[in-house]
Amino acid sequence: MKQVNLTTPLKEADIAKLRIGQRVLFNGIIYTGRDLAHKRLFELLEEGKELPINLKEQVIYYVGPSPAKPDQVIGSAGPTTSGRMDVYTPELLARGLKGMIGKGKRSPEVINAIKEYKSVYFAAVGGAAALISKSIKSCRVAAYPELGPEAIHELVVENFPAIVVNDILGGDLYEEGKKIYAVK
Amino acid sequence: MLNSFNDAYEEESSITGKDIIKQLIENARIAKSESMPICQDTGYTVIFLEIGQDVYFEGGSLEEAINEGVRKGYSEGYLRKSIVSHPLDRINTGDNTPAVIHTRIVTGDNFKITVVPKGGGSENVSAVKMLKPAQGAEGVMDFVVKTVKEAGPNPCPPIIVGVGIGGTFEKAALLAKESLLRPLGQPSKDDYGVWLEQELLERINKLGIGPQGLGGSITALAVHVNFFPAHIASLPVAVNINCHASRHKKVEL
Ligand code: SF4
Repeated sequence: MKQVNLTTPLKEADIAKLRIGQRVLFNGIIYTGRDLAHKRLFELLEEGKELPINLKEQVIYYVGPSPAKPDQVIGSAGPTTSGRMDVYTPELLARGLKGMIGKGKRSPEVINAIKEYKSVYFAAVGGAAALISKSIKSCRVAAYPELGPEAIHELVVENFPAIVVNDILGGDLYEEGKKIYAVK
Repeated sequence: MLNSFNDAYEEESSITGKDIIKQLIENARIAKSESMPICQDTGYTVIFLEIGQDVYFEGGSLEEAINEGVRKGYSEGYLRKSIVSHPLDRINTGDNTPAVIHTRIVTGDNFKITVVPKGGGSENVSAVKMLKPAQGAEGVMDFVVKTVKEAGPNPCPPIIVGVGIGGTFEKAALLAKESLLRPLGQPSKDDYGVWLEQELLERINKLGIGPQGLGGSITALAVHVNFFPAHIASLPVAVNINCHASRHKKVEL
């Protein structure tokens, strides 16, 4: 299958070319963030305060990895369900976040915001956590160390595999894919 | 699990779907060779105990001993701690305790422990419904298929669908969970169950959800149905969904 190489930070021109169903390989820095980190970022934005990381053109990966063994960069690190982040997402996209990696459907509000702010949502393979961890070359805590697996980590990745699910045209692979293979 | 992935790879008609199943096979290989978790969500520790009535436990507390085992296992095994002490305060207990323990007293003098860590993604889309007896097998199938359809990509398909039919409200849920302990794809012992399992698997795989919900012909690898007698007024049905990262371990003492 055709694969697209993507280097972060994501540029508008790269995003504009992405279409649902394409397989991509990420290279560069991506940030982790799940429930509690999102809540904190959102609250800071509401209070008009500075964020601990600059979101511009960045990608957030929804993950809460298992602990690393002494000889590992990171433990198993597969995607978590993205829908729980939906309430916070449009605001982060408005502040320049360009990509999100997770698993599962997004709300209509998020799909609209993806279109409006010209960003993109990718799915990583849920449960392929050992495989994915192999593409993570370094990991350091970027904010909120007290949150443990929920802290914001900065990951350097090489050929991290994902699939485009929602693109700037408003396409949704979960809907389209199902239509093709459903048997009446 | 691996055999089932290989069959699924052959049968899946979507290219993306095939590619995903290939990644899952490779994932299982890496997890095994590097002894790391298949999935980072190493679950709520659910424990099934079968205690022979002639077994006598001396000193201490069995429940405490089990929790101590969970504590050690999750820290020494580098597994993720995913339990919060209060469902509304949400402060992590830090050691994945307490376990959820189901106990059955049986005849004999054996003691059997089955450990079934259960991931949150697939547990969150599980459901129980009290149907009317008149709704019968059709009603049961509609509810099961609807539950899987609504779950869509969230439980990381391909999934295993556990169905409990009968008993009371809580019994149905337990039946569904217990059906997931059966070796993958081993058919029900009950003829009605065998039929229902096949029919449900076919209907579920016609939904087109596919691996990871990205479209395809393999949404479920298997459906397991367990029954229990029901009240004349009730037809309880529970659907417990398990992801492909289905893990159990049995020890007999
Ligand atoms: S549903 Fe299963 S495979 Fe998916 S993230 Fe949860 S535990 Fe892992």
